Amino acid sequence: MSDSHDHDSPEAIKKSLKTYWIIFGALLVLTGTTVAAAELHFLTFHQAIALAMAIAVVKGALVALYFMHLIGEKKAIYATLTLTVVLFFVCLFVPLFTETETYGRGIRRASAESHVP
Amino acid sequence: MSAHAKYAADEAIPHTVGPNAETGLYNGKFGIWLFLASEVMLFGGLFSAYVLLRSGVPACAPGVHEGACWPHGYEILSIPLATLNTVVLIFSSVAVVMAWANLKLKEFAKAKMWLWITILCSLAFLAVKSFEYGHKFELGHFPRTHNFYAVYFTLTGLHGLHVVGGLVVFLYLVTKGAKMYETEPERYTNRVECTGLYWHFVDLVWIFLFPSLYLL
Repeated sequence: MSDSHDHDSPEAIKKSLKTYWIIFGALLVLTGTTVAAAELHFLTFHQAIALAMAIAVVKGALVALYFMHLIGEKKAIYATLTLTVVLFFVCLFVPLFTETETYGRGIRRASAESHVP
Repeated sequence: MSAHAKYAADEAIPHTVGPNAETGLYNGKFGIWLFLASEVMLFGGLFSAYVLLRSGVPACAPGVHEGACWPHGYEILSIPLATLNTVVLIFSSVAVVMAWANLKLKEFAKAKMWLWITILCSLAFLAVKSFEYGHKFELGHFPRTHNFYAVYFTLTGLHGLHVVGGLVVFLYLVTKGAKMYETEPERYTNRVECTGLYWHFVDLVWIFLFPSLYLL
């Protein structure tokens, strides 16, 4: 951040010190919420996945926006990250789409076939 | 020499301090973001493998052979230890951003103190992780034992290696590398910022690993 932006001025940096501690507090609260929700077991498995991932996305966004300063970055970084996010979802979901019909069935199918006379 | 290379260091290696006209950033910062983009793909591929393996078998339940199902992380891993590590890593993220902020405020002594705190946090994280690994090995749980453990050791092991990598760089920055602050304080600040960006990414990966492996 050597290029002089307003958010790099000493005044802005001093203000951001307080922000960092607020974000730290928010991250602790969100961590506690995730653990409590998982420990109490009042959600179905799919609800638990949705809640845990939603909280993780919020926590990740707080880290990226405030600690990594993505809230006020250059276009070159946004462009790089946009491409990365698109490719990340391709990487994550394409293998799954090719295997959809076998979700959770591989073991049962194999055991069913073993009983065929 | 480019009109943007107004700093002394930029004459030797371009844009180590001043911004590159093409990106508006010093080269180190753009470089670390490109590296982090490749890291997203690395961990993304492993997460994809995890989701694929997990969704390929039913969840463990009474009556289902344990070798033919996927166990819940909260039944076989230590949530208190993982929660402790989460807090330690989040605090270390605050520490490294405080180090950077203090360097921007010309408070070198405070910045160094925060860097040492980051180092202590990374050592604490590794100590807890090694305790967890040791306990699993004592119980005879190895990567070959079950796909769950293969995924657990691969993801947390790779993440742990990243923590070790960050630790080595932070140790350099507070010892031999700290001399740079006397001659090129802005360049040193940028080095801390780049290492900090990497460290926040390591924290970010753990934020997703923790619920995925331990809580579901």
